[in-house]
Amino acid sequence: MDSFFRSEEMCLVQLFFQTESAHNCINELGHLGLVQFKDLNPGTVAFQRRFVKEVKKCEEMERILRFLENEVVKSNIPIPADFTSETIPVPRDVLDLESRFDKLEQELKEINSNRDTLRQNFTQLMEINHLLKVFDAFLFYLHDRFVAGVIKHERFPAFEKILWRLFHGNFVLRHAEIKPHEEENMADPVKKDVFVVFVQGDQIRGKIRKFHASMYPCPNNAYARKEMRTNVNTRIEDLRLVLKRTEEFRETTLTAAAANLQEWASKVKKMKAIYYTLNLCNIDITQKLIVAEIWCPVSDLNSVHTALIHGSEQSGSSLSPVVNRIQTQQTPPTFNRVNSFTSGFQSIIDAYGVGNYQEINPAPYTMVTFPFLFAVMFGDCGHGLVMTLLALWLILHQEHFRKLKNELIDMLVDGRYIIFLMGLFSIYTGLIYNDCFSKSFNVFGSSWSVRPMFHPHGPWTNDTLHDSGHLHLDPLVSGVYSGNPYPFGVDPIWNIASNKLSFLNSYKMKMSVIMGVAHMLFGVTLSLVNYIFFRNLKDVALQFIPEVIFMLSLFGYLIFLILYKWCVVMKSESAPSILLLFINMMLFDYSSEGTVLYRTQKPVQIFLVVVAVLMVPWLLFAKPLLLYRKHKQLKFLSLPFCLSLFFGVKKAFVSLQVSMADIFVYQGIHTIEYCLGCISNTASYLRLWALSLAHAELSEVLWKMVLQVALRVTSGMGSVLLAVTFAAFAVLTVTILLVMEGLSAFLHALRLHWVEFQNKFYKGSGYKFTPLSFNRMRDMQ
Amino acid sequence: MVSCLFCGPKLAACGIVISIWGVIMLAMLGIFFTTHSAVLIDDVPFKEEDMHNDQDPPHNIYKLYNQVGYNCFIAAGIYVLVAALSFCQIKLNHRKEYMVR
Repeated sequence: MDSFFRSEEMCLVQLFFQTESAHNCINELGHLGLVQFKDLNPGTVAFQRRFVKEVKKCEEMERILRFLENEVVKSNIPIPADFTSETIPVPRDVLDLESRFDKLEQELKEINSNRDTLRQNFTQLMEINHLLKVFDAFLFYLHDRFVAGVIKHERFPAFEKILWRLFHGNFVLRHAEIKPHEEENMADPVKKDVFVVFVQGDQIRGKIRKFHASMYPCPNNAYARKEMRTNVNTRIEDLRLVLKRTEEFRETTLTAAAANLQEWASKVKKMKAIYYTLNLCNIDITQKLIVAEIWCPVSDLNSVHTALIHGSEQSGSSLSPVVNRIQTQQTPPTFNRVNSFTSGFQSIIDAYGVGNYQEINPAPYTMVTFPFLFAVMFGDCGHGLVMTLLALWLILHQEHFRKLKNELIDMLVDGRYIIFLMGLFSIYTGLIYNDCFSKSFNVFGSSWSVRPMFHPHGPWTNDTLHDSGHLHLDPLVSGVYSGNPYPFGVDPIWNIASNKLSFLNSYKMKMSVIMGVAHMLFGVTLSLVNYIFFRNLKDVALQFIPEVIFMLSLFGYLIFLILYKWCVVMKSESAPSILLLFINMMLFDYSSEGTVLYRTQKPVQIFLVVVAVLMVPWLLFAKPLLLYRKHKQLKFLSLPFCLSLFFGVKKAFVSLQVSMADIFVYQGIHTIEYCLGCISNTASYLRLWALSLAHAELSEVLWKMVLQVALRVTSGMGSVLLAVTFAAFAVLTVTILLVMEGLSAFLHALRLHWVEFQNKFYKGSGYKFTPLSFNRMRDMQ
Repeated sequence: MVSCLFCGPKLAACGIVISIWGVIMLAMLGIFFTTHSAVLIDDVPFKEEDMHNDQDPPHNIYKLYNQVGYNCFIAAGIYVLVAALSFCQIKLNHRKEYMVR
């Protein structure tokens, strides 16, 4: 499957179809999701395009649909799930839908306003009812002038104060709270009070109005009041009936609308997309033909053709659309065919830069190296297991999480396979580092043994044990070290040794450098593959070979030194430090003692350094000089023709000089970047060591400070304390060690890929293939 | 039946996850303590006297190991109870959702 290792081959195709079948054809292409329409009218502004009115109509319809959806949701009517229909609305359907939407909107607005008026009337009538009910209780004052009304409960004290100030106490005020009835399930839970003021004068009315209290005329005698009450009651009953009918009608309308809501929404979306696409095409003079240019993968040309024929058949047109592939010098877009597993990795590559057309795609290698480098920095099999289980849960319940529509959770769900692989690889590196929640497993039996160190076999006596705080296990005493290393991973005895870090640091640093150089060499080799594919064999000799020799002679030799020192037996006191060896090699300093690992070290090292230094001018000068010579040859050949075009020659010469300077500068930058980059990038890979050290130490601190406190309590309540402390340990593990350290290691592994790996071969300046796809539009909303 | 629902669905889910993790991890820790694993030496609260005044050399230390191991098993048992409780809460929450619908 060549297609995932580099982006697919694309072709530029011209489509001619009839205007009547345009909608159906574009609809079919949208469902296929494999073509990208090129903009044939790049100069025009949005409102100058041909179908701008139709797009506006679609947007208006979307607005009405949103309003309808709001109303439906407010009334708690469930919206049934969407059955995606493949039928496409033809232009006459557009008008039909439009008028339907307008009518629905008008209806709904009318219903809403009617309902509000009715509700207001109802509230007033209820208030009068209450007023009349409590009025009888107030009648011991047979004053003539009184005012009755209803006021909001909170405002009553202020009202009373104002009345005191106004009338200097020359009034009588009675009030009672309205207790809400069971049927009064109005939308407003505002507490109201009924009040009656017996007073002289008319300013009272103005004051009441200022308090937004409502006044109601109340008759003086009991008989009139009774009549009013019956009257009000009848009106209330009538109004209740009308209100119920209105609500029912509203609900029926909304339910009918809700049934079609999803279908209409998707139709309108599709139409808008189709009109937008039509805006990108050209319409010829006769208004009968539409010309479109599309980018399409070569392997899918057949399916595109079939889709177009299908579309034109649906519209009942007689002519089938014409598909015409054209040659072009423009750069096609980059298309990488992905499935749900590979899309996560492809997206993290594309986040840095979309690859050039048909350049090598780093994604397939990233699928292994990224989780691996993450795991080297994370390295704990207990945490890895928790991470794997979490990712498994995400994978299995994927739709449930997508429905939540939370951005953070969406990102997590998109990366679920990445997290799963990261967890799996972390279990593996955790077993190699022999680290599970900062404790080691002793599966095979440690290769070190303490008993042979005791007298008479070894040097330790009772006094040694009593006097010293630290004891050394000496591997030279026979029996202490069995001679066979622990079969898989780090020996568990290192977990309880006090010089654990000296051993592990040295091991992890050297391992990081080895992995770094291997990763970078792999990157340089990928650039060779790129040169061969683009038939750029000149660059193989001018760039690839000096780059590889430079890296191998210096850093390949460093790897050799590390591996040699690991494999060969030597006394640890007299073993030379690799770092010092390397520095002295670069400085040609062979004066100090004990600087030899093997016999012929000095001449080999001198040879390698000289070769590496020679690569620098090769990288720097070879390519520009060759180009210069080629241009001079061309200029020489064209000289007789230019005698009459004197200015032409001069201009060509000037431009030749300018471009030569450009080439020299570019090559200089590339050489410096590569050579210095080799050193700095190799050192950059030491972050693999640094982060794994940080993770191990954090894990150990968490165990010692949290869980060990509870484990060391042996009194009665020890187990309960242990249970509580374990919960705290679990929460802290997940938040600090999984989330924080996980994000940190993820970021650093990503940086190692984006910078140190990809700058050896990846150009990343293409543009992404964005086909017209209805599925993608639906997923994005 | 009086409603014994006292935590929402999310708290119950967290509860059951931590309980399952606690049961497995504490049970394994208990096993490793009772088999006197050397790696866990720092977690055993022995003092100087335990090492010096010992009739039968490692037995005092082993006794302490076993004590810590039993503590772990009891804590694992506590987590089994918490798991059962959380599971009940989840079931009650589900039932409440269905009844409201």
